[in-house]
Amino acid sequence: MWKRIRVLVRKEFLQVLRNPRTRILLIVPPIMQLMIFGFAANLDIENARVAFFDRDNTPQSRALRAAFDASPYFEVTDDLDTEAQLQKVLDSGKVLAAIRILPGFARDLARNTEPAQVQVLVDGTNSNNASIVSGYANRLIAGFRQSGATPDLTQTRVWFNPELKSRYYFIPGVAMNILTIITMMLTALALVREREIGTMEQLMVSPLAPSELIIGKTLPFVAIGFLQFFLILTVAKLVFGVPVRGSIFLLILAVALYLLTTLGSGVLISTISKTQQQAVLSVFLYFMPVFMFSGFTFPVRNMPDAVRWIANINPQRYFIDILRGVFLKGSGIDVLWEPMAVLAGIGILVLGTSILRFHRQLD
Amino acid sequence: MPDTMVTLRNLVRRFGDFVAVDNVSLDVAKGEVFGFLGPNGAGKSTTIRILCGLIAPTSGTAKVAGFEVGPESEQIRRHIGYMSQKFSLYDDLSVEENIEFFGGLYGVEGERLQQRKQYVLEMAGLTTKRNEITAMLAGGWKQRLALGCAILHEPPVLFLDEPTSGVDPIARRQFWDLIYGLSEAGSTIFVTTHYMEEAEYCNRIALMYKGRMIALGTPSELKRERNLPSMEEVFIQSIEKEDAKEEAKA
Repeated sequence: MWKRIRVLVRKEFLQVLRNPRTRILLIVPPIMQLMIFGFAANLDIENARVAFFDRDNTPQSRALRAAFDASPYFEVTDDLDTEAQLQKVLDSGKVLAAIRILPGFARDLARNTEPAQVQVLVDGTNSNNASIVSGYANRLIAGFRQSGATPDLTQTRVWFNPELKSRYYFIPGVAMNILTIITMMLTALALVREREIGTMEQLMVSPLAPSELIIGKTLPFVAIGFLQFFLILTVAKLVFGVPVRGSIFLLILAVALYLLTTLGSGVLISTISKTQQQAVLSVFLYFMPVFMFSGFTFPVRNMPDAVRWIANINPQRYFIDILRGVFLKGSGIDVLWEPMAVLAGIGILVLGTSILRFHRQLD
Repeated sequence: MPDTMVTLRNLVRRFGDFVAVDNVSLDVAKGEVFGFLGPNGAGKSTTIRILCGLIAPTSGTAKVAGFEVGPESEQIRRHIGYMSQKFSLYDDLSVEENIEFFGGLYGVEGERLQQRKQYVLEMAGLTTKRNEITAMLAGGWKQRLALGCAILHEPPVLFLDEPTSGVDPIARRQFWDLIYGLSEAGSTIFVTTHYMEEAEYCNRIALMYKGRMIALGTPSELKRERNLPSMEEVFIQSIEKEDAKEEAKA
């Protein structure tokens, strides 16, 4: 049995590595995604341009201006004298926010009985940027007041990713995406190709059993999946400085469980696709909703009930939780056993169903 | 090994309302080159696919190399070679890699694999092209490589499903020389074709039409019985008779 599987695995590797199309598939998407999400797709705000409209004009108000300018998050680009100018800089999009200090700011600050009068006017056309900028500005102003007098009531301290680098948040997700596309696509293509060129029949009249065929056809992609995962892990750590605080063994286990679902989906897609083109389209058709409902970009808890229900059977949702948990929080099995168990359940279900369907199709 | 290598008894295969194989019974002796003749859609490929265990019969029984089709399919697979009309090889692998892969599937390894590989390369005339990618080979070579891959494990029974479709007459002639060689060495060969001149090459032929076997015998018998000079005319006359019978019934 294992001899035949070994022969099949060897042939599969030869084909994957020889075919220019699959070779590109192995190298280009991982690098591109890592570059895009590591460098380009950055939700962080650095040096946000702000305008300053100081109507108090006291040493205190000027100190606040200096505090903004000194912060790495802000850069004061405009000093305004009139309301009209304020309107203009926001309208033109020249600045992301304007800070307006009302008369009496220094006096209120000194009295410390009522809140000092500062307004932060934020350009809300990009809601994400707006909330980040207003958050930073509020923190800075709160800090400024606190250093002057009595401490504030609330203090925010961010755990796990204190600098709120979006890169830390994205890269575990990139690892998941690449793993998904590559293993699912290659499995589906490898099976459909055999049928397309007629070799599937040739295999079925040989002593190769259907179970050996499935194992021999998926094992190479398990290996490739792991290889890619470690590649991404290395780049994430060395190039982007993403911390890996948890156990590597836990990560390996999670990847293995997750691969059950992607290989299963790959086999399933091969049973509904007649040609390789159909298989490629099906992979993307499957991938888009699964990706959208994974919590990679949009938090699942903000979704409407019906959608959340769908998200709850989405393997990516659990995998990304585990990945972020292990990467950023250093969570152990004591916390992660639940998503791991669900992931294993989904994996066995998907792979089982697909193997059954595959068997039935051979008869 | 039994003297009768392939046996069909009242074999029927239906696809919905369509009867692809209609109550066919026949025996093929060891070492025979048995031709399965008929127009497209006559049920030739379906019969071969049943005998190879690719599809199940609706009713009736069949035996290959002494093993029952269905319950003993696993043993059958070790004792047959199968070559389809598509010459199912891996185009992106080299000649040698194809041979090694199919050898490995059948457990041909080590010294025996080297011997068999050499034999197949020589037989197919591919000794100097062993490292070439299969996609680059011309039709005749591909066909002979496909045959070679199907006989690496020296199967006692060989099924060839339209093995000569799409190759030139010279390559076809060479191919039949190979078939005779295998038959002389003791292999039983079950071959489908719709080339009439190829029918003459077979020891015995069955004429298939609309799922039924309408004639069975050696080419000379069939010609003599009908007093016709060629297989082509035997073929046409038999089919016309069959159509006339059906019309009369209707």
